[in-house]
Amino acid sequence: MSADDSSDRVPHDPAPEPEYVEEPVVPQLSGRQRAFAFARGLFRLRIEQSAVRVAIVGAVFLGLFSLISGRLIYLAVMPQEPENIRRFASAASVAARPDIIDRNGEVLATDVRMVSIFAEPRNIIDKDEAVELLTAVLPDLNAADLRNKLNLRRGFVWVKREVTPREQAEVHRLGIPGVGFVPESKRVYPNGVAAAHVLGFANIDNVGIAGIEKYIDSSGLQDLNGFGFARQANDLKPVQLSIDLRIQHAMRDELVKGMAYFRAKAAASMLLDVTTGEIVSLVSLPDFDPNNPVDALEKDRINRMIVGVYEMGSTFKALTTAMVLDSGKANINSTFDARSKLRYGRFSIGDYHGTNRILTVPEVFLHSSNIGTAKMALAVGVEGHKAFLKKMGQLDRMRTEMPESSMPIVPARWGDLNTITIAFGHGIAVAPMQATAAVGALLNGGLMITPTFLKRSAEEARAKAVRVIKPETSEALRYVMRLNAQKGSASKAAVPGYFVGGKTGTAEKVVGGRYSKTKLFTTFMAVTPADSPRYLFVTVYDEPQPTPESHGYATAAWNAGETTGRILERIAPMLSVPPRFDPPKNPFPLMARLGAWGTR
Amino acid sequence: MSSRAERTYLGDWAWTVDRPILASLAALMVAGLVFLMAGGPPVAERLGLSPFHFVNRQFIYLLPAVGILVSVSFLSLRQVRRLAFVVYVAGIALCLLALKFGPEIKGAHRWVQIGSFGLQPSEMVKPAFVVLAAWAFSEGAKRRDMPGALLAILLLPATIVPLILQPDFGQTMLVAITWGGLFFVAGLHWLWVASLGGIGLVGVFAAYTLLPHVRERFERFLDKDSGDSFQVATALESFTKGGLLGRGPGEGTIKRILPDAHTDFIFSVTGEEFGVLVCVAVVALFATIVLRGLVLACRNEDTFVRLAVTGLVMMFGLQACINMMVNVHLMPAKGMTLPFVSYGGSSLFSLALAMGFLIALTRRRPRAERLDRFAFGGQA
Repeated sequence: MSADDSSDRVPHDPAPEPEYVEEPVVPQLSGRQRAFAFARGLFRLRIEQSAVRVAIVGAVFLGLFSLISGRLIYLAVMPQEPENIRRFASAASVAARPDIIDRNGEVLATDVRMVSIFAEPRNIIDKDEAVELLTAVLPDLNAADLRNKLNLRRGFVWVKREVTPREQAEVHRLGIPGVGFVPESKRVYPNGVAAAHVLGFANIDNVGIAGIEKYIDSSGLQDLNGFGFARQANDLKPVQLSIDLRIQHAMRDELVKGMAYFRAKAAASMLLDVTTGEIVSLVSLPDFDPNNPVDALEKDRINRMIVGVYEMGSTFKALTTAMVLDSGKANINSTFDARSKLRYGRFSIGDYHGTNRILTVPEVFLHSSNIGTAKMALAVGVEGHKAFLKKMGQLDRMRTEMPESSMPIVPARWGDLNTITIAFGHGIAVAPMQATAAVGALLNGGLMITPTFLKRSAEEARAKAVRVIKPETSEALRYVMRLNAQKGSASKAAVPGYFVGGKTGTAEKVVGGRYSKTKLFTTFMAVTPADSPRYLFVTVYDEPQPTPESHGYATAAWNAGETTGRILERIAPMLSVPPRFDPPKNPFPLMARLGAWGTR
Repeated sequence: MSSRAERTYLGDWAWTVDRPILASLAALMVAGLVFLMAGGPPVAERLGLSPFHFVNRQFIYLLPAVGILVSVSFLSLRQVRRLAFVVYVAGIALCLLALKFGPEIKGAHRWVQIGSFGLQPSEMVKPAFVVLAAWAFSEGAKRRDMPGALLAILLLPATIVPLILQPDFGQTMLVAITWGGLFFVAGLHWLWVASLGGIGLVGVFAAYTLLPHVRERFERFLDKDSGDSFQVATALESFTKGGLLGRGPGEGTIKRILPDAHTDFIFSVTGEEFGVLVCVAVVALFATIVLRGLVLACRNEDTFVRLAVTGLVMMFGLQACINMMVNVHLMPAKGMTLPFVSYGGSSLFSLALAMGFLIALTRRRPRAERLDRFAFGGQA
């Protein structure tokens, strides 16, 4: 119906209408009259327009009804809220992790399917009843906590993670609407504490928190999960470590006994394959159980091989000896005067086992002469010393697969005095593994190989290796270390048949800014076989105490050396180095030709 | 009339009522019962009643409601006005009584207890108010001396003040909007339309700032994560779950956690169990009644009929639209039932009265009867 229709009809329709048509509307109206007419118009109801206006109302309603229909169809066709639960659950828990196996394929860590209980508070009709029933079946739940959780206006809360099948069955039997189960992966470490520091652990959401577990996450696993791929551990290739579980067990066992016997604050031990850089075992005590890592993040649980930095003491002398030989400033027959203390400014350096005579290079090493070693370093000079240690990786943070690591503590200003003390392992603090890697390079023919926790072959290792010293220097170092095991302080580890070489190191710890005579950090490194090195053993003790047999000493030979010997003895049959019951003929041909001290 | 004495009274009615509207109303009532079979049981169970308590009650209420609807639809225009006047006066009086003596339910005094049946007098006032206002506007439009328009203007406060006192914000709004719509259709100058619209906005703003529960509701509407719009969020979920074809009668689960599954949110329950297509069909039923009513209003030459039909249809349509829009989260939650579908006796009787008026007014009338209004107009 149009406006014209209604205006047409106006004359016929309300009969009395013509009377009221504004008859004063004629051209000769005054301004005031016109205003009055307009005002009257404002207050008049224009009933003749009502048909048009009804049409407008109809249009509005048509719009509203279309809007509602459109919205209804939109809601039905485009589900805007995907399944809340699935979203939460997949973010939190479905994440699978690859198995971790040792070098022989033994399982170190694996996923087990567990069930977790969740609740959708919005869908729970009677919250008090739900709390009552759940706490009756799961008595370790806190009723107040649970009630608070269920009263949250959220779509999803956890009731209890990783429940037993029995608990699941009981909760299932309750039949509470709005309470459900999601399968989750729980990380299990069947060997418990055995390789705790290497493996690290994963949290309840299966996210790697420390150790290799964290490394796995950082190397792309989390991305995979994000795309919803890694749903089951079977989908993922296991991560094979260089660790040998058998050796790991034996090493930990010996170290636990040793730490108790020597009443040390902490201890650590590791076995490095110097040809490949593989870490065959690594134990740091005190440790934790990755299955229940409540105390894993406590301060004393750090991995002392990697995260702790220490002044390494006399084991550093191996580096200094190699440096001076490799630099050409001295050869194996050079001599150093150790008759009197070395004076530098107001400091004087003496020997622990004083000889007070002129010493050859092997003798300096054998007697662990501070004076002789300091003179070697001074012969090379400050810059040469720095450059050599840099080359050996002692001045930078060592990066392995382990996410945890520490910067070495290096003197800010490095003068002659620093070179003197660093020569015998004081005044620089490095991670024991860092020093081990460097000594490994001295022994394996001169190739610096960054240690790894993943299995690899010698070829792969050599491809990445960097030559740091000449092979001849390496032979000299093997020689002096073997000599030290035969005649010197490393004799406690000289297990027959394995042609062991070794070096002790005892550093005094700094307590209140002074070196303490009683608080020691002892190190022992042993290599087998010394003529063609394959394995390097390292054991460290933090503050070991003297024992009845040690005549009041707590130096390295008495504890770290002793333990290394026991470990070596126990582990050797598992190593790929057969024992030799006759000593090798001419193990150090160059040394024999040069007529080095001790060869005759 | 006398010249057509050979026709029966009933036959006359059957030939003159508007069949599309009547059919749509019948379909709505039947559908409402079916939907209530889905939405009623969970609420009944929660209240410890027999599962079909609400369905049975609704059916019992429907019988007198249909009686009211049909008998009112027999009335002549003059009888419609008189009935409206009586109901209006009685309703307002009962409202005031309820205010004073009525029990307090959910913080409001809305009910008058008659035996076991709680009557909400404000519901009965609504259709009567529309008819009276339409009559006043039509008189005001026809006559220069304007007592009608003045009366129409005075009717609004007389009606909504008791509603505000109860308080019943939803009904107040419905009555006010319908009144405004009537004024608009009666030919209000556009200048006033614009300024009344402005005043309306100011009023909404004032309600928002001055009445804390209004503001709360509005803020809840906007903030999806507040979680307080629990009913609405759940309602939306039920449409999503139901999809186009629904999960089947009795298969719904979300209705179990919707507190008002049998009243304000029965549309959502319908969506979950019968599907969105059925919901769209329900929308179409409402649209049929509303648009058909407006077309008839347009065609009718009588000012009073045109205004009254428009007003009744507007009130009915608005109530349906608001309820459905709340269900699909196009509007903040508001206590508004879905006409003929939601459970509720008072609402049903009120709607029956309104639709009875509507059918009575839209009956095709012989010319002689139309002339009747001149006589009536002369009297007033």
